[in-house]
Amino acid sequence: MKEEPILQVLHASKSFGGVQALVDVCFEVKEGEVFGIIGPNGSGKTTLINCITGFVKMDSGEVFYRGKEITNRPPNYIANLGITRTFQIMRPYYSLPAYKNLIIPLFSPRARRKGGWRGGGKLGDRATVSIDILEEIGFERDSFVPYKLASSLPTGYLKRLELARCLALKPDIILCDEVFSGLSMSEIASMVPFIEKLQMDGITLVMIEHRLRELFRVANRVMVMNFGAKLTEGIPEEVMEDERVKEAYLGSEKLLDYTFEA
Amino acid sequence: MEEKYEKVTSTIERRKERLDRGIKVRTEGIYAISSLEEVAYLLLPRLILITGLLLLPALIPSLYWKRVISITCIYALLALGFDFLANFVGLVSLGGAFYIGVGGYMAAILNKYVGLSPILTIPLATFSGAIICTLLLLPALPLRGVYFAIVTLMYPLAIARIIEALNILGGTDGILGVAGFPSRWIEQYIIILIIIFALFGLRRLVNEDIGLVFRGVKDNDQAVRASGLSITLYKSIAVFIASGLGSLGGAYLSHIYMWSGISQFALDFSIIPIAATVIGGGGTLVGPLLGCFILVPISEFLRAFGTLRIVFYSLILLAFIMFRSEGVMVYAQRKYHQFERWVKV
Repeated sequence: MKEEPILQVLHASKSFGGVQALVDVCFEVKEGEVFGIIGPNGSGKTTLINCITGFVKMDSGEVFYRGKEITNRPPNYIANLGITRTFQIMRPYYSLPAYKNLIIPLFSPRARRKGGWRGGGKLGDRATVSIDILEEIGFERDSFVPYKLASSLPTGYLKRLELARCLALKPDIILCDEVFSGLSMSEIASMVPFIEKLQMDGITLVMIEHRLRELFRVANRVMVMNFGAKLTEGIPEEVMEDERVKEAYLGSEKLLDYTFEA
Repeated sequence: MEEKYEKVTSTIERRKERLDRGIKVRTEGIYAISSLEEVAYLLLPRLILITGLLLLPALIPSLYWKRVISITCIYALLALGFDFLANFVGLVSLGGAFYIGVGGYMAAILNKYVGLSPILTIPLATFSGAIICTLLLLPALPLRGVYFAIVTLMYPLAIARIIEALNILGGTDGILGVAGFPSRWIEQYIIILIIIFALFGLRRLVNEDIGLVFRGVKDNDQAVRASGLSITLYKSIAVFIASGLGSLGGAYLSHIYMWSGISQFALDFSIIPIAATVIGGGGTLVGPLLGCFILVPISEFLRAFGTLRIVFYSLILLAFIMFRSEGVMVYAQRKYHQFERWVKV
């Protein structure tokens, strides 16, 4: 793990009407680490990701990617730098088969730069590349699943498809907005090794998560948010000892035991 | 290989079972062809359409109806553009009259004032018309649904009034004395070849990778932005294609009538393509084209009824919407590509 920050957010603030969604949030993500963001519902986690990726314009504050300012740039510009995101509410192209969903990110300037103008791959077309990516992420290559319409896929596959869309862009950072939510225990269990593999491949991950046990298995550091403000950050074990965190987020001693079972 | 579509009907004991013919493999657009019969199965509908269109001018003797064919083809270009924008990019455009008017005036200006021949004015008017329309619609591209439709409807109305009020470009008289075509045959066959190329070209386009981006914009524009693609860029490319088709029609119209005037901004050019898309079946591209070949001749037949024309026209439209709301081509494609049978439950 290198020490210089790949992503730096300084004094991010955003309000929607009278609601302060983000209050002066600062943090750094180092290259190659898994950075967790936790906090109760409505604490501004998703807004933070929306601000970093340009989907929501910040009122004030700055975002730096490898020292380059990317504050409030359009989402497609930011995605082309290699900062990709998943959506909490999945956004596949419902009328297209799963593998054609990936042809759209493969058509982006970044993917074309990295994979050749037809997308690279063994046969040199984007369809084969997208099937390869889907296989990597757990769609069985020889089954019908990659060819099914996205509208007929179950939640587990749609979550994977969200990640696959990020992978198609050959990302440096993936901002995961609750990839484990809505999944069964066994589906989560099969996703965790995949997250670990992404980290092994050198991709930096920022994960918003409510499933603390799974998050703490993969995360190097976590940041805790409450009411739009940053409470604390540090390695998971230390953060959970913090009195403010216990009070604001976990509420009781009981949950703590649950958290460190793993 | 066979997908089952089951539909529960009013009778509880029986249901209609639909089976895809086994030629499609796994998904749309991948075929396994193993015999000449299957080649014929795929080629036949396309060949019928192409030969039908090519024979049309030869089969119709009257000069009046020959002209109707050319006009129908111009409407077909607009309908193709409308279907492409609405069902593959998600932009509902009422700009048919806008594209026709801009293309028509461009061709007339280039012919009358610059002195170019129709061989040059038609392609030049197509490109310059498409550029003008795209630039003017650029501010409206972030709008969706009915809001985009309103802006596209506003332009033809506004431009016609501006020409009228400022008395420019010939004012209410229009630009007279535009060069015509050397013969009726050339006039009809060029436009028929154009619509055949436009139809198959667009069908090819929407299944190419860039076409998937267009369809992605319709399905989920935020996901397209998260995929590193600018939705404004792809929407403007799509508008450029559709307005190019419309401007081509407009330029052709000016040369057919040897005249260009503010009636080229008439709302017929915006409305009939939509009606044709509803009748023919949206999202099929060929449907709107056939819809024009149903609607425009019917409208001409009904001229005999004078003012009652609109009543009969509305009734026919109503009947189509009531009984075949999916559109003729969607129905026909289903019948052609799937077996249907009643099975006991």
